[in-house]
Amino acid sequence: MVTEMSPTPLQSAVTDPISGAFDWFLVEVWGRLLAELSGALGVGMLEYPFMQRAYLAAICIGIIGPLVGAFLVHREISMIADTLAHTAFAGVAVGLFLNSVLELGLSPIGTAFVVAVATALLVELLVQHGDVTTDTSLAMVLTGGFALGSVLISATEGGIAVGINAYLFGSLATVSKANVGLLVVMTLLVSVVVAISYRPLLYVTFDPTAARVAGISVAWFNRLMTVLTALVVVSAMQIMGVILVAALLVIPVATVDGARSFRRSLLAGVVAAEIGAVLGISIAYQYRLAAGGTIVLTAIGLYLVVRVGGRFVPRRLAAGGTTPAGDRTPQPKADGGDED
Amino acid sequence: MSGAESGPEPVVEVADVDFGFGERPVLADVSLTVDPGAFLGLVGPNGSGKTTLVELLLGLRRPDTGTVTLFGEPAHEFDDGERVGYVAQHATAAAGRMPVTVREAVAMGRYPHRLVGRFSAADRRAIDDALDRVDVADLADRRVGNLSGGQRQRVFIARALAAEADLLVLDEPTVGVDAESRERFYDLLHELNDEGLTIVLIEHDIGVVTTHASEIACLNRELYFHGDPETFVETNALADAYGTNQAPVHHGH
Repeated sequence: MVTEMSPTPLQSAVTDPISGAFDWFLVEVWGRLLAELSGALGVGMLEYPFMQRAYLAAICIGIIGPLVGAFLVHREISMIADTLAHTAFAGVAVGLFLNSVLELGLSPIGTAFVVAVATALLVELLVQHGDVTTDTSLAMVLTGGFALGSVLISATEGGIAVGINAYLFGSLATVSKANVGLLVVMTLLVSVVVAISYRPLLYVTFDPTAARVAGISVAWFNRLMTVLTALVVVSAMQIMGVILVAALLVIPVATVDGARSFRRSLLAGVVAAEIGAVLGISIAYQYRLAAGGTIVLTAIGLYLVVRVGGRFVPRRLAAGGTTPAGDRTPQPKADGGDED
Repeated sequence: MSGAESGPEPVVEVADVDFGFGERPVLADVSLTVDPGAFLGLVGPNGSGKTTLVELLLGLRRPDTGTVTLFGEPAHEFDDGERVGYVAQHATAAAGRMPVTVREAVAMGRYPHRLVGRFSAADRRAIDDALDRVDVADLADRRVGNLSGGQRQRVFIARALAAEADLLVLDEPTVGVDAESRERFYDLLHELNDEGLTIVLIEHDIGVVTTHASEIACLNRELYFHGDPETFVETNALADAYGTNQAPVHHGH
C-alpha cells in the first residue's frame, strides 16, 4: 500500500534515528507491555505484532478524532470531515496516477495530505464566501473528490485498483509500521496544536462574532480547524477507510454531548472514542470482521447506550437538584476544577 | 449632540457614514458621537439599520463612505479586543447548544488578555468578580444552555466585565426574556453605567430606552434624532422615523 520511496541521504540522516527509535518503542516498550497484558488477561491476540500495531493506531485515532471533531461538531460543520476524507481519496489516486504515468516515486499518502489540506482551505473559503449554502458546497466537493479519484484510477493502467480497496474500507491486518509511525507523529502534533490554540478555537466555535470583536482572527482559526481535520482524516484513513474515517470525529463527540463543560466533553469524547476503537478492534479480530466498520458500529452502539440509557438516569438525578445531572457520560474526573 | 471639542476622547465617532448592501442603501449620512460614560439607546423600526450601525462601530464592517473611529482608531483596524464587549442578537441561543459552563463562557472575556498559557491570579479574580457582579456565581458550574434567558444574558454581560471592557454593546438582548428578568437586567445595566461603563443598546421597546438610557438615537436609514430622552419624547422624531401609522410602544413583538 505505502509505496516506499528511496530516501535521499539527507532524509535518511534525519529519519533513520527517528525510525530506529520508533522501532525500539514499538517492539521493546509497546510490544512488551501488550505481551505482559496478554499474559495477565489471557488474551492471545495482544501478542501478535500486527495486532499490537493495530491497537496503537486505534488509540491514536481515538485521541485525535474527538479532539478535533469536538470543534467541528459544535460549529455544525461535521460534514467537512467526510468531505476531506473523500478528497483525500482523490489525493491517493493522484499520487498513484502520477507514479504510473510519470514514473515518479510519490507516496500516495503524501499526495493525499497535499490534496486534503488544499481542499480544506478551499472548503473554508466556500463556507465563508460562497453563494451556495455550506451544505450544498460540501456535498459537491465530497462527490467531486470521489469522482476524480475513481476516474484517475480507471485511467491508470495496471494493478493500482488492488491497493485501492484498502484505502476505501481500511484494513487492520495490513497496518504497517510506517502507518502507525505517521499516526503517532500526527497525534503528538495535533494534540500540541489543539492545546496551544484551545482558547481561540473554543471562543471562535462558541461565539464567532464576539470572538471577532475581541480581536481574535476567526477566519484563521477556522482555517486551522479544517487543516487539522485534513491531517487527522488522512493519517487515520488507512486503518478506518476513506468512507468511515469521519465517524470517529463525530460519533464520540455526539455521545458525550451531555457533558457540562467543554473541557470535560473533550476528555469524555476521547474516552468514548477509545472504548469504541479498542472494543471494535477486539470484536473485529475475534469474529474476523471488517475493522473500520466494526469500530464505527461499536461507537454508534456506545452512543445509543449513553444517550438512550442516559435519558432515564439523569431525570431522576435532576429532580434532586443541581447535582451533576448534566453529566451522563462515563468520564474521568481528571480536570480537578482547573477550568478555563 | 456632538461632544464639546475640548472634552474627553469620544468612545465612538461616526462621521458622514453611508453604507449599503449592494444596491440597497442601509445607512445614509449618519454622524454620531458616543462619549465616555454614555448610555446610548438606539431605536428604530425593523430593518432601519440599527444592527448594521453597531457592526460598523465595532469594525465588523467598513462604511462605503465616511469614517468610524473606536477609541480614536479606525474601527476596522481596532485591535484592543478586551476594551469592547459585544452581545450579538441571538448569540445566546446558538451558544446554548454547546457543552460550556457559565464559568467557561465568562472566562472567554479574559482570552484577549491571555490567549495562551495559564490564567494568572488577576485573571481568575476578574472572572470571579464578574460572576459575582451579575449574580451568577452560584451558577458557575452549570451549562449555559440550561439557564433561563435572563440568566444567560447576565452571563454574557459578565464576559464583558471579566474582559474589563470600557464599552459594552448589546443588540436586542432581552428578546425572549420574561418581564421580571428584563427589569432586573436593565437595572443591572443602569448600575454598570453609573460605575462608568459606556453602553450602546439596541432596543425595540421605547419605554425601556427612555427610562434607562442617558441619550437616545433614533434611526431609520438616516439619523432622525440624537439627544436626551426628555427631548426625544417631546419631538416628532419617533413618528417621523417609524412613519405615521405606527405606534411602536404598543407594537409588542
